[in-house]
Amino acid sequence: MSDAWIVVALVGVATIALKSAGPVLIGRRPLPPRAQSVVDLLAPVMLVSLVVVQTFGGDEQIEVDARVVGVAAALVAVWRRAHVVVAMAVAAAATALVRLAA
Amino acid sequence: MSDLRPAEPRIRDGVRAALPLAPSPILFGLSYGVLADATGFGEAAAIVMSATTFGGAAQFAAASVLDAGGTIAAAALAAIFLNARYVAIGMTVASIFPGGRLRRLVESQAIVDESWALSGRRGRFEWPILVGSGLVFYVLWVGSTAAGTVVGGVLEDPNALGLDAAFAALFLALLVPYLRERRSRQAAVLAAAITFALLPAAPAGIPIIAASAACLLGLRR
Repeated sequence: MSDAWIVVALVGVATIALKSAGPVLIGRRPLPPRAQSVVDLLAPVMLVSLVVVQTFGGDEQIEVDARVVGVAAALVAVWRRAHVVVAMAVAAAATALVRLAA
Repeated sequence: MSDLRPAEPRIRDGVRAALPLAPSPILFGLSYGVLADATGFGEAAAIVMSATTFGGAAQFAAASVLDAGGTIAAAALAAIFLNARYVAIGMTVASIFPGGRLRRLVESQAIVDESWALSGRRGRFEWPILVGSGLVFYVLWVGSTAAGTVVGGVLEDPNALGLDAAFAALFLALLVPYLRERRSRQAAVLAAAITFALLPAAPAGIPIIAASAACLLGLRR
């Protein structure tokens, strides 16, 4: 079994459990407020880390290359309220152009 | 005598409510299929993941960490942490699901950000809207993932087309709405600092997992 399949199984089972936890187990009881605050911060924290790794990640080093130009272009697109897919296309196009020129 | 109260919605009302949003899961699913295939995640694995995980950001994250050479544990944890918000989202709609536990388990899988948002549009959460729209998004998501893997198969060097930067742009676009809140911004800055500090020192995937500690800022009063 490849790594991808193991990840698919783990994440699939976990996500099914996460989605159904409230409806199946909890009913109307809310999370304690401080636990709720921690859960609320998980998504932005993971996303910013993924942005950094995907933009600057190298082989155990920080690399600054054409990706930075693409992500900067995407930031402008997001700023101007472009759709997610448009932002992705802008990033890909800008990065590809820089690589073509290099 | 006519009844002036708004009629109880049906599943088909949920289906109808979802249709204007259809381009989003279609384009998003296509790009996931292309990227998963191009990064060597595998066509079948990508399609099965869309059918079981049914959560875009987590699926992109898993493919991204594996592609960077991260371990299975790092890839799975990054994706699971991203989906942890579904515990909170599930709590808000916990009481609207009818039937026994098995039925609630199955129907709660229709919860995604979009179906949840649609289901609350009349000021209280409505089960038929959640399940009907979730069903539409599910079919579109899995179908477009499959179509994307076909398209992705013909790409030779995906990074020449800037697909690695497209990944980053996706996470960036999903991140920005969270930054309106002060506490999220503080946690994001801390998480970015942890990631930058560990990038040159730790194997792939570890910086992302370590950065998740920044969510403990939520414990502060």
